[in-house]
Order: sequence, then C-alpha cells, then structure tokens
Amino acid sequence: MINLLIKNVKIVDPAKNEKTADVQLPVADVLIHEGKITKIGSGLNASGEKTLDGTGKCLMPGFVDLHTHFREPGFEAKETIVTGAHAGLKGGYVASVSMPNTFPPCDHQGVIDNIIRKAKEVPYYIFPSGTISKGREGKELSEMADLKNAGIVAVTDDGDWVGDALLMRRAMEYASMLDLIVMSHCEDRRLSAGGVMNEGLTSTRLGLKGITAASEEIAVARDIELARLTGAHLHLCHLSTARSVELLARAKKEGLRVTAEVTPHHIGVSEEIIEGYNTNAKMYPPLRTNQDIAVLKQALKDGLIDCIATDHAPHTPEDKMCEFDVAPFGVIGLETAFGIVMSELYHAGGWTLGAIAAIMSRNPAVILKKEERFGLIREGIEANLALVDPSLEWTVTSEELRSKSTNSCFIKRKLKGKVLATVCAGQLWEF
Amino acid sequence: MSEFRWHRKDLLGLRTLEAVEIRHILDTAKSFQDVSLRSVKKVPALRGKTVANLFLEPSTRTRVSFELAEKRLSADTIQIQKTGSSMVKGETLKDMCRNIESLKVDLVVMRHSFSGAPFRLARHLKASVINAGDGINEHPTQALLDMFTVLEKKGKIEGLNITFIGDILHSRVARSNIWGLTKLGANVTVCGPKTLIPVGIEKLGVRVTYDLNEAVEQADVINLLRIQLERQSESFFPSIREYATAYQINKNVLKRAKSDVVIMHPGPVNRGIEITSDVVDGPYSVILDQVTNGIAVRMAVLFLLCGTAGTETEE
Repeated sequence: MINLLIKNVKIVDPAKNEKTADVQLPVADVLIHEGKITKIGSGLNASGEKTLDGTGKCLMPGFVDLHTHFREPGFEAKETIVTGAHAGLKGGYVASVSMPNTFPPCDHQGVIDNIIRKAKEVPYYIFPSGTISKGREGKELSEMADLKNAGIVAVTDDGDWVGDALLMRRAMEYASMLDLIVMSHCEDRRLSAGGVMNEGLTSTRLGLKGITAASEEIAVARDIELARLTGAHLHLCHLSTARSVELLARAKKEGLRVTAEVTPHHIGVSEEIIEGYNTNAKMYPPLRTNQDIAVLKQALKDGLIDCIATDHAPHTPEDKMCEFDVAPFGVIGLETAFGIVMSELYHAGGWTLGAIAAIMSRNPAVILKKEERFGLIREGIEANLALVDPSLEWTVTSEELRSKSTNSCFIKRKLKGKVLATVCAGQLWEF
Repeated sequence: MSEFRWHRKDLLGLRTLEAVEIRHILDTAKSFQDVSLRSVKKVPALRGKTVANLFLEPSTRTRVSFELAEKRLSADTIQIQKTGSSMVKGETLKDMCRNIESLKVDLVVMRHSFSGAPFRLARHLKASVINAGDGINEHPTQALLDMFTVLEKKGKIEGLNITFIGDILHSRVARSNIWGLTKLGANVTVCGPKTLIPVGIEKLGVRVTYDLNEAVEQADVINLLRIQLERQSESFFPSIREYATAYQINKNVLKRAKSDVVIMHPGPVNRGIEITSDVVDGPYSVILDQVTNGIAVRMAVLFLLCGTAGTETEE
C-alpha cells in the first residue's frame, strides 16, 4: 500500500469544481497513507515517504471507462486483463466496464466469476458487463439475475445490436427489475450490412461500401422508445452521428433514463483518414464527417452526451494486416483518450479542467452509481487518482503503448496533455 | 508526343492522376497501337523485365489483355491466380508482398476483389504496381482504354457528353472513368435505378438521372455497364425484366440518340439485358475496338512504369 505526498498540485475535483474557472481551482498538498487520501491541505509534511512535486500539474480523479474490451477469456493474443489494466493505468484510468464479447461470451456466471477472479489480481478495477442474450445471438435472454449475483453492472450484446424489438423489450424490463444498465451498441446490422466505413462522398470516392448514419439512428430511436416503455436505464454506446444526438436530446428533455457516451476517436478524427486504406481507421461505428464531430463535441459540452468512453478494442497486427474490407473492426484507446480529449476539447475547445475531469471520471462514475468511490477527490476515500500535465506535448508511438495491441488510429499524432502518474488500488504508477 | 516525363512508380487509379499524366498515357498508347497490326507483333521495350500478373479475382478479359501486352513488349511473365481474398488461403497481404519482392519482379499487375488492396501492396513494394481492378473502387486501365477509344472515334474528349448506364454503385469501371473524363473536361452523366447510384456522386461533378431517355438524348458516347444478375436477390431492383424495361439500350431507345452516338461496353455483355444483340453487333457499337485498344493502352502503361520501377510510391 502506497504512502505518498503530492505537493503543490492543482486539484481538479469535478464533484465540486466542474464549472470552476481553472485559475480559481485550489492548489494544495495531498497526503496518501496506505492507499487512502488522508489529508488535503497546505504545507503538509511526511518524512521519509515518497513525494511527487505537483507544481504546474493537475490532480484529477482517476478516469472511469464504460467501454473496454479486455478480450479475456478467448482472445488473449489481442489483450488480457493484465495488459488491458496496464494500458488503462497508463492512460490515467482506474476502472473499466469490461465488454462481454469474449469467448465464451459473458452469458453465464462462470465466465463472470473467472473475470472477477483475474481482475482481483490486477491493480485496477474491472466491472464486468454480461450479455443480453445467450451467446449474443439475440434469441433468448441470458440469466441476468445470476450474472448480477456474479457481479455484472450492465448488460449488452455490444457489437451485435438486439434486432428483435420484443426481446429487447423483455431485456429492458428484466434488467430494470435487477437495476442493471442496458448498454446498446446502436446499429441496425441489416441496414449496415457489408459496409466498412461511413456512407457518403468519401466512401464513394474511395470505392468502399458505406454504413449509412441511419443504421445507427434507427437503432437509437427504437431503443429510446423501448426505454420509455420499460423505464429501463438505457446507455447509448459510442454515438457517432449528429442525428443520434438530436434523438438523445429529445429523450433527455422528456426525462427518460437515457445516458450516452462518445469515443475519443469519434471526436478526434474524421472519415477522411481512411484515404490510403489504413485498417487501423476501421471500427464500429465508423468514423464520420467533420460536421458530426462538431455536433458531438457540442453535445458533450451541453451535457447531452454524458461521458467519454474509449471502446478500447484491441486487435493484433496480424488481424489488421489485410485488405480493408476484411479487417476486423476496432481500435485501441485507453492510452490516448486523455491526450485526445485535452487536445480537442481543452486546448482547441476552451473547456475548463473541471469539465474535462467530469466527462472522464465523474460522469461515468455517476452512471455506474459509484460516485462515492470514483470521480471525486476527498479525504477519507481510497486514492484513485490521475496526475496529469495539461500542456505537455507528446507524440503517440506504437512502441510506447502498454496494450498488447497497437491498432491505434492516432499513431504519429501529436497530442497536448499527458498522464504522468496514476494511483489506483493502493499502488502508484509513474509514466 | 508530349514533353511531359512520367515519374510515378505505380498506376493505382485515375483519382490521383493529373490530367497531363492521363493525356501522356493516351499519347503513349497511340505509338503502341500499330505493334499489334504487324506480322511480328513484338517490340523489345521490356526485354529482361519480369511482370507478375497477380489475379486474386477471376478475370479473363483483363488478364488476357495484360498478358498479350506484356508479351508484345517482350517481358517475361508469370501468372499467379487465386480466387477470393489472400486471407482465404491464410496468407496476409504483407507476406504476399514480401514473397513478390523476393521473386525480384519488376512489375506487378494486381486484380483484387477488395477495394484498396493494390494501394497497400504498392506501399510495401519496390516493384511497380498496376491496379487491374480493386473491388468496387477503380479499374484504371479499363477507363484509359475507354478514353482512348473515345479519342479515336471522336477526336477529342473535352466537351463531349458521355453517359454511363447501369450499376454505377458497384462499378470500378464507372468510377475510374468518372475521375479520368471529368479531369479531361467531358460532361459525364450517370443513369440507373436510384439504388445503384452511389451516395454523393453528383459532388464529383457528375449529372445524375434515373431516366434513360434523358440520359441518351444528348449523349455523344454511351458506356454501358454489365448488370450483375445477383443484384436482384439483394433487392437493388425487383427483377431483370423490369431493369431491362427501364434501362436497356435497344434500337428503339437509340432513335432518341444523336446520329453519331458511340456505344461502349467493358464486357462481358449480357445480351438481351442491358443491351440488345442488334445494338451490340450494330453500327454504333465500338465494343470490339475497346478490346483491341486495351492492348495498346496496357502496353503504354507497362512501358511507362517500367522506366520508374524502384522509385517512390505515391501518397
């Protein structure tokens, strides 16, 4: 258990200071004893203990990712719970919701038991999600009550949207009874079938099959209506289109229990980078247009979209070393998320540090109902923190990634804002 | 011959070419046209050079045309044919590149069922790469031979009204032609059912119409695209019968066309579907001239690229 003193650091606590101007944020010393924040104040001393100088740096609550693919069990060549956790720590994350498209899929308590056992061995918090349907086949409900007892926080069939509206209705009813979040990867696969990138002028120019924005929007609209019908907590995963945001806005205005996330890549890069047929720019939902990006950023600012989630989806170089049409969908994101968010929203978008910390830590913690443990900086709670330099410039290289995979669409990108150290579950990681 | 000097290692598509480069290929092709008319159909331009024809999607016309072009230039050729993706055989694109590199070939002609594959090959390869058709993206030598044929018949391209009819969405021939023809100043129209017109294509400077009569009326050249019969089962149109009723080029439709209209088709022709036999075999048709011109155009491309093999790839 770490004993640590962080001196003279700007404290960015989104629970208190989400809207505070950066210059008015408190600068203090933070004392961590046996993994707990014991004192926040000025002139603190701790003889013989490890000390970090926080001058010019910021302390944020450790980040919480609602959408991580750890790939274990089943696809350990891509990522494992251990390597995924270390990728998370490098990115300032302290907790992740793990996605259930493992092999076998997380449709049975035994799989969840296994993930939780392995998660206990890493210095990182993993909250598993289970599948909505057995085998993620969209036919019969998974044993959600059992899965909940085993420790899941949400249900989702992730990459495979539940196409059967009746099954989804039942899933929402059942899940809401169990107080489980229903996460939906909104995409009508019948409509997007065969597509590999956003449908539009760029797909026409590149001769690649398009995925129409409507395939997402139809799914968003249906799931919102089912959330209205059932009262379930619907969490919309990785929204990517302007029209999805409009549908979300209407649902929120009506007071429905709907929350939403956006990925760093969907606000950080447009479909145009597919020029050259780079398979590391291929993911679900596909990269969209600059117009969509502008709307997504504004929706984050307005609080319509609640948080950033990485959709960290590792694939080996061999998986991606092929023709664009046959390459698997997905990019990694844990280690670059903060840099992208800072570059795009803080430096280029004029956000406050408090608002950045809110979308990275506080808001996802609230969605998980874990806001007493995560997403805040308080005396008396376990130290789960990210020490960051908001203005440090760095370049993303595949050599420095801790993830087992290097399928990032941000390789060679210059970013401004970097995680220097993460404190999680009583341990300190310096980068 | 133009003063322009060719500098590119690869021919991947017409989208990335300048108008001056397209004209240079067409000029060069003219000088190769008579080789095929001689009793000894061979020139030594590519003697000692090795060309690999990598056809990962079934092809007869394009493959044979390239092979003849290579042989008439005295190149040594090898044929590598597989069906479907390289991944089907468990070989990655990268390994394929490394193997080709090790075979010390000078030039690779690649046909692939997935868009963009030759672009990735070219990036990893010192040898020159010619795209012989990639997925639904481009088929540059087909477009060049179409343009060459237009030039031959009409004496110019600039200002001509050139119409494409059929499945534009899945047509690499149409895409390459659109890039090339618009760069050389033609007025391009595409015509077909709305389901087979790609999104946003009008932003490429192309007129879109769903009405065959409108498409035919002012056309100097009509280029027909083969309709794939399986598109019916994918609901792109209700039936071949209805498609033919709305979009078939036949004598009756041609009454509305200009008297000197030229009919082209990249082949193979579905007689009685997109075009009737009397039109295929009739006076407006230049379909077989296209086939002959294909050899000269491909000779020109092979000749130009062989002078630049081993230089930098585009991008």
